Amino acid sequence: MGIQERLIEDVGLRRGVSQLTPEKIEKVVNAVLKGETGARLKTYAETCMRCGMCAEACHFAGSHPGDPSYTPAGKVHQTMSVLLDKKGRVDPDFVYGMAQLAYTECNLCRRCVHLCPIGIDTAYIMSTVRRICHKLGVTPQYMQDTAHSHASTFNQMWVKDDEWTDSLMWQEDEAREEFPGLRIPLDKEGADIYYSVIAPEPKFRTQLIYQAAAIMHMAGVDWTMPAQTGWDNSDMCMFSGDFEMMGRLKRQHFESAQKLKVKRIVMGECGHAFRSVYDVGNRWLGWRWHPVPVIHAVEFYWELIQEGKIKLAKKFPGPVTIQDPCNIVRGRGLQEKLREVTRFLVDGDIIEMHPNREHNYCCAAGGGVINCGPPFKNVRVDGNLVKAEQLKATGVKTVITPCHNCHGGLHDIIHHHKLGMELKFLSDIIYECMEKPEV
Amino acid sequence: MHPPTLWNWEPGQRVILSSIKCPEVCAWVEEPYASPDGEKLAMLASMGEDGFTALVNGEQWGNNFEKAWYPRFSPDGRLTAIVQQDGMWTLAVDGEAWEESFDYLWGTQFSSEGDVIAACIQSGGEYGLCLDGTPWETLYENANQPVLSADGQSSAAVVQLESLKPADLEGFAAGVYGVAVNGVSWGTNYMNVWTPTFDPQGKRVAAQVRTTLYDYSIVVDGKKWAGNYGCVWEPRFNPATGSVVAPVRVAGAWGLAQDDQIIWEPKFSQCWHQVISQDGKNIAAIVAPKFGAFTVVMNGKPWSISMPVVTDLVVARQGEVVAALGNTDNRGWRVMVDGKFWDGVWDMAWTPVISPMGGHVAVKVEKAGRQSLVVDGRVYPREFTKVWEPTFSPDGTKMLIRALDKDAFLRIVAEVGRA
Repeated sequence: MGIQERLIEDVGLRRGVSQLTPEKIEKVVNAVLKGETGARLKTYAETCMRCGMCAEACHFAGSHPGDPSYTPAGKVHQTMSVLLDKKGRVDPDFVYGMAQLAYTECNLCRRCVHLCPIGIDTAYIMSTVRRICHKLGVTPQYMQDTAHSHASTFNQMWVKDDEWTDSLMWQEDEAREEFPGLRIPLDKEGADIYYSVIAPEPKFRTQLIYQAAAIMHMAGVDWTMPAQTGWDNSDMCMFSGDFEMMGRLKRQHFESAQKLKVKRIVMGECGHAFRSVYDVGNRWLGWRWHPVPVIHAVEFYWELIQEGKIKLAKKFPGPVTIQDPCNIVRGRGLQEKLREVTRFLVDGDIIEMHPNREHNYCCAAGGGVINCGPPFKNVRVDGNLVKAEQLKATGVKTVITPCHNCHGGLHDIIHHHKLGMELKFLSDIIYECMEKPEV
Repeated sequence: MHPPTLWNWEPGQRVILSSIKCPEVCAWVEEPYASPDGEKLAMLASMGEDGFTALVNGEQWGNNFEKAWYPRFSPDGRLTAIVQQDGMWTLAVDGEAWEESFDYLWGTQFSSEGDVIAACIQSGGEYGLCLDGTPWETLYENANQPVLSADGQSSAAVVQLESLKPADLEGFAAGVYGVAVNGVSWGTNYMNVWTPTFDPQGKRVAAQVRTTLYDYSIVVDGKKWAGNYGCVWEPRFNPATGSVVAPVRVAGAWGLAQDDQIIWEPKFSQCWHQVISQDGKNIAAIVAPKFGAFTVVMNGKPWSISMPVVTDLVVARQGEVVAALGNTDNRGWRVMVDGKFWDGVWDMAWTPVISPMGGHVAVKVEKAGRQSLVVDGRVYPREFTKVWEPTFSPDGTKMLIRALDKDAFLRIVAEVGRA
């Protein structure tokens, strides 16, 4: 078994490979390998012992027992190892499979790093494969379209400049009915907090903006949202392999905050964007760290609770379970703060999934996989039976997950497996339970 | 009042407004904005069910609006705000709305003298700019990254020239974006266009373009440089020669190109925010000679000091003074002038201001929630609740300080030598 036996037709992948020749492939592969990689990739390639310890780390492998082609080492074996062994002399059909595997069967979740005895970061290898695929022009249609949106509008959902502020004002109007005097301050120079979101929020999850404004208002936070581009902290270009555009997006994001002379950026409940701003995109631009401190919503809510600024009128009825988003837990270590916030909000137990915290399984939507769109929906749903079993074993009805991609991924898994569970952002619960003014 | 030669430069302090507290007739007031000459302080105010208005030195505009946001003073001292009336949007200038209104309006810009006011508009789902209320004759499916020339006589934006179907990879690859100047497209499509910018005379426009997913370049008045680069940043015109200078990325490193010829070898981890002195003889930029360490490079030579982050680069007219700000994690701000740190570490600092003749530098700073100024390296002996960025008199001997002291808005003219 291998990727070539499970190819799925995709407009973007097909279009890309139709324009390839073996000569072009060889040239591009070697340009990336020689120009953009070094000791790290060489070390990984030469030290993997094929011990198989990584197999149980991967939700795709766990969901396809007995098929080593889904294991992290198996994925590398089918992609980067071939490129290295053949020095880039592969054909377009190989590239199709390589791209499908790299973009849709690996979430870059980095769980396998924990189980590898020598710490090989398969996500780095697969990111490099994606970088090669991008340079070859072979990316899934929907992911590439998202990258195009980023390039054209500086957000991932083609939101035009007027639609952004109009959405904020709409939510401000709505919220003022419930919270008299509430403001979403736009371009307020010198604010303590610059609140950034991802484009699905103004596009179709506007209640999250409403809820954030309500929490900021009731907590008395000095905050602002930018009126200009830079407001979307998300970054599918990081995952498509278009690092130049990733850098452009992160520059726009950070410079919009720098221009307003804010103290910190607080970002909504999104995982991949956090990875982009605190680890990947910022460093492509030459900053060792982020140039403006970035605080994930989990940590921000935790701070507000510690400071007594979130007051509850009631608690949310438990029990609940928690989906640990990879990029803020394995990536930033927010697992305990996430639980402390949850305990503050919930009346009842936290029934943990097993394994959990930094060892939790990915939702299978992250790493840009959900952005590859409908053709690959079943890949990620079938590829995460492990998650379905984890969720079912908790026996609870509510899953708290502070990440947009986790929401999308778990929603499909819950629906497909008829688990009868509901998903909640932390802000859903805070808004539902917090003290509100009597109007 | 404009220009600054006409401002009152008599040294001393005046209380322009004794209190910025919310008057009883208002539900709330928003952030204060000071006029450039320091003679007016404005705040938007909610009048409850009667909508919004502005207070200027405590006096209400004659008109209320359903909504009002983005209050900004023009350089010539007129107060503007984006307002909604009968569900339509327009701009109010000193309380009077433009006759024209649009489905949406945003992004107010001013000419350098303040005599022309521009804004982005959306009308019937089409986009463009309007100048003093007059929209471009041709509107587009989208228009963004607007820019107004210094004299206000020309405007430009990136425009979408053709529609895209959902997830239309072919259409995008063919190129649907271009530049419109005064509403007229150059007629050339590109995959992407960013940051159109005018020359100082407002006659020419340069922009960044991407012609494929991998080929970046600079286009000037519709003509692309022959060279392609791994990436580029925003171009700038040399005010004296008209040459176009832009950071370019070659083999993973950044340098500077002028008219498509490399003038600073690509050896930096980053190179951006280039500034060219008015005499055209000096080019400064923010660079990272190595990963994680930023500084300023002047005519190709980096300063010996560096910080993890460097921002707010400014250059005197003749290039005789170069100033920037450095910080660590958005804290520990330092002022950097001509390759040396000033004493003092601040919680925040604002863009340095250089006197017109180039002899003095002033910087607004904040520490422990109090704001003040640093002038030529010396801390102004007074702190404020809030201070605006200072302005030097045309001869550079005096400095206008606009500040809130508790609730009072003050206008202070200080002699620079004694500041």
